[in-house]
Amino acid sequence: MTAIPLGVPRRLVEFTIDGQEARVPEGSTILDACRAAGKDVPTLCEGDTLRPKNACRVCVVEVEGSRTLVPACSRKAEPGMEVRTGTERARHSRKIVLELLASSVDLSTTAQVAGWIKEYKAKPDRFGPDAARLGEEPKVDNELYVRDYDKCILCYKCVDACGDQWQNTFAISVAGRGFDARIAVEHDAPLTDSACVYCGNCIEVCPTGALSFKSEFDMRAAGTWDETKQTETTTVCAYCGVGCNLTLHVQDNEIVKVTSPHDNPVTHGNLCIKGRFGYQHVQNRD
Amino acid sequence: MDLHFGDSKPTDDERAAVDALLGPPESSWEGAARDEMRAADLRWARGGRAARDRRDLLLPGLHAINDRIGWISEGALDYLCRRLTVPPAEAYGVATFYAMFSVKPRPATVLHVCTDLACATAGASELCAGIEARLGLGSGVSVERSPCLGLCERAPAALAIKAGDPVRTAVSAPATVHGAVLAASAPDAAPQEPPAAMAVPQAGDPSLTLLRRVGVVDPASLDDYRAHGGYTALRRAFELGPAGVIREVTDSGLVGRGGAAFPTGRKWQATASQPDHPHYLVCNADESEPGTFKDRVIMEGDPYALVEAMTIAAYATGAHKGYLYLRGEYPRALRRLEHAIAQARARGLLGDDVLGQGYAFDIEIRRGAGAYICGEETALFNSIEGYRGEPRSKPPFPVEKGLFGKPTVENNVETLVNVLPVLTMGAPAYAAIGTAKSTGPKLFCVSGSVARPGIYELPFGATLGELLELAGVRERLRAVLLGGAAGGFVRPEETDIPLTFEGTREAGTTLGSGVVMAFDDTVPLPRLLLRIAEFFRDESCGQCVPCRVGTVRQEEALHRIVDRTGAAAADDIALLREVGRAMRDASICGLGQTAWNAVESAIDRLGAYE
Repeated sequence: MTAIPLGVPRRLVEFTIDGQEARVPEGSTILDACRAAGKDVPTLCEGDTLRPKNACRVCVVEVEGSRTLVPACSRKAEPGMEVRTGTERARHSRKIVLELLASSVDLSTTAQVAGWIKEYKAKPDRFGPDAARLGEEPKVDNELYVRDYDKCILCYKCVDACGDQWQNTFAISVAGRGFDARIAVEHDAPLTDSACVYCGNCIEVCPTGALSFKSEFDMRAAGTWDETKQTETTTVCAYCGVGCNLTLHVQDNEIVKVTSPHDNPVTHGNLCIKGRFGYQHVQNRD
Repeated sequence: MDLHFGDSKPTDDERAAVDALLGPPESSWEGAARDEMRAADLRWARGGRAARDRRDLLLPGLHAINDRIGWISEGALDYLCRRLTVPPAEAYGVATFYAMFSVKPRPATVLHVCTDLACATAGASELCAGIEARLGLGSGVSVERSPCLGLCERAPAALAIKAGDPVRTAVSAPATVHGAVLAASAPDAAPQEPPAAMAVPQAGDPSLTLLRRVGVVDPASLDDYRAHGGYTALRRAFELGPAGVIREVTDSGLVGRGGAAFPTGRKWQATASQPDHPHYLVCNADESEPGTFKDRVIMEGDPYALVEAMTIAAYATGAHKGYLYLRGEYPRALRRLEHAIAQARARGLLGDDVLGQGYAFDIEIRRGAGAYICGEETALFNSIEGYRGEPRSKPPFPVEKGLFGKPTVENNVETLVNVLPVLTMGAPAYAAIGTAKSTGPKLFCVSGSVARPGIYELPFGATLGELLELAGVRERLRAVLLGGAAGGFVRPEETDIPLTFEGTREAGTTLGSGVVMAFDDTVPLPRLLLRIAEFFRDESCGQCVPCRVGTVRQEEALHRIVDRTGAAAADDIALLREVGRAMRDASICGLGQTAWNAVESAIDRLGAYE
């Protein structure tokens, strides 16, 4: 029989969201409570397997008594808190954040963002044709994955996944400052000269497609990438005895990408280079 | 952690610079050549906590390399990383965060020429052009346009830093092309800076409290400091005991002078009562708000006062270790404080047994490296710990989880030196100074279009007009900036604004850190606003979107309307308002939240584009 970990019993925190009573276990964030209450709060830098970084500020909500808006993803619910998610003030900041991002970053492969831009009536064009953009070229320096930092919103998720939260490889960091800040390895060297172990756990958490499998990048460039034609099959990695789950994304009978379920209690979506990229032998038909 | 290093090797100089800070490497794991070591040492490596606990030496290590060589090469960075067990990618991220470091080759001498507000009105752009014409490529000097150097009373200012062993610095202020070129080419031969007291027009006035000793005592002499009432406050503190000191400070009504005006006694009480140990004291001397130079003058003119005040604060809050985070652009303050701390240590006023009272306390100076954001309290913690100086999200607050995740009390220099009169006068007498809500004396940094720029000490409650009169405000005043770049403009006729926290708030502006900058009409207001916007764009850490991109959009819009007025500017002003509101509401820290303040006030109060 599988033992189900119950954890330490947690007290419930009572507060209100948009006037409605909410009760969540102590330690939950406002975002957890919003989601439990079925309220939609947009998020970009929040990751289900990572500690919240609250860098994007698209999840801001209004909390009674707080001078500024607060990030729902990282602020813990407190008893008696009065949270309002849909006020004009909160919606204004979300709209501006979307405009600022969309006017400087290529969001074409960021899930859901097009819908939010429409919902919040954001107009990224209004900063004019000369508005500064990141202006980065894709870095194709290895056979496994591509870093297209023109699509990077600097959510820090890849850095956290590579660093102390998961992989402990510390191959990448944020370098530079302000608008010139970029994700980079030391001395901005090619990946092949860095500490990267090609586990691809950064790709797993990237919300914008800035990090992608070389196979996906090439197919997008060729115009053949078509998610509607893809199937996803979750299986067990055959390389070692850990038994990580792999989700194989298959298009036209070829594996085009490998992900891993984030709710796996052992690996939380993380893999190693073999599970992530070592699938060529499966489709070797000679 | 499995560290990966490239093939680049440090030069002998780079290695020597790092070893001078950290001592020789203990094994080949740390970068010693194998043939130098006994075979047994090859099997030895610092690991676990012993390795991780040295991370906070990263910033001093980067300084050591930059001071010796002038820039940080791949080989040098890798060697430092080996010595400290820091991943090179993270160290690269830290090195590229600070404006005073370069990871690209550059000449050994860097001349920082201030182009910020006070210097801009004093002709910095012509000065810069003149200097750049003289010190072009091949001159051996890299000329860099710099944000405020904190020398506003002697604007325009330039600071030369010549890498070597030891590093040499020279200040030229007020700078001429000749003076700045001389400072850069021969820093040792450049004329000495005038004494700190020159920045205090009231120097010697017996009614002064905070500035009483500036210009009166020899800043190098501990005996002179004691002869002028030094260390009576610490003796009083030991009589009162920690709880008694906190009670006095609370009763005095002292609030933080860095800009946020948080009650100091409450902060101390909250830290002192934390069960987690150790507690830390951090003195925020990263004075970088454009137009602010009061902390520099205190540190240069009366350094022992800060050492004593830090000792009292640490005693009250149960800390045995204090960090003094000093702005990287303040070489003279650094020298004076290093000397003062060494003297105090030698005389038993710091160390294991302060004043024979069985209380242990010591101070370590950490230098900033050119990042305004590190004046934000949690960014400062990250900077000391050897990480990028990015603010943390609050809560948890520093009193609970601050430096190294431990309860920390962080105070500004001016706040701390106010503790001395609180203890020597007693809380009731101190609280009688100023107004009911803003008690005590306050330092104001007056610069710009005035005859006698400098630091002025006035009791809270003096009006803007009285202060400007004292400083000899010039004709054709166009605007006054209160609180620096993060503050707000007021009209020249608003002279009856009381200079208190509540008075400025009521008038819809801010006192901030006490900056009062007067502008006449020689520099057009839109140019000043553009400089403020450039400042925030340059200094944004880049962590959150509203500030990272918002400050860029703000600067672009101000650039578009720099020569426009009325209807031609209306669209961009509307855009600025929308972006500004989101920056204020949704940025993580005070930098983004205040980045639009000055521009907004110039539009609404001064009609900058009408």
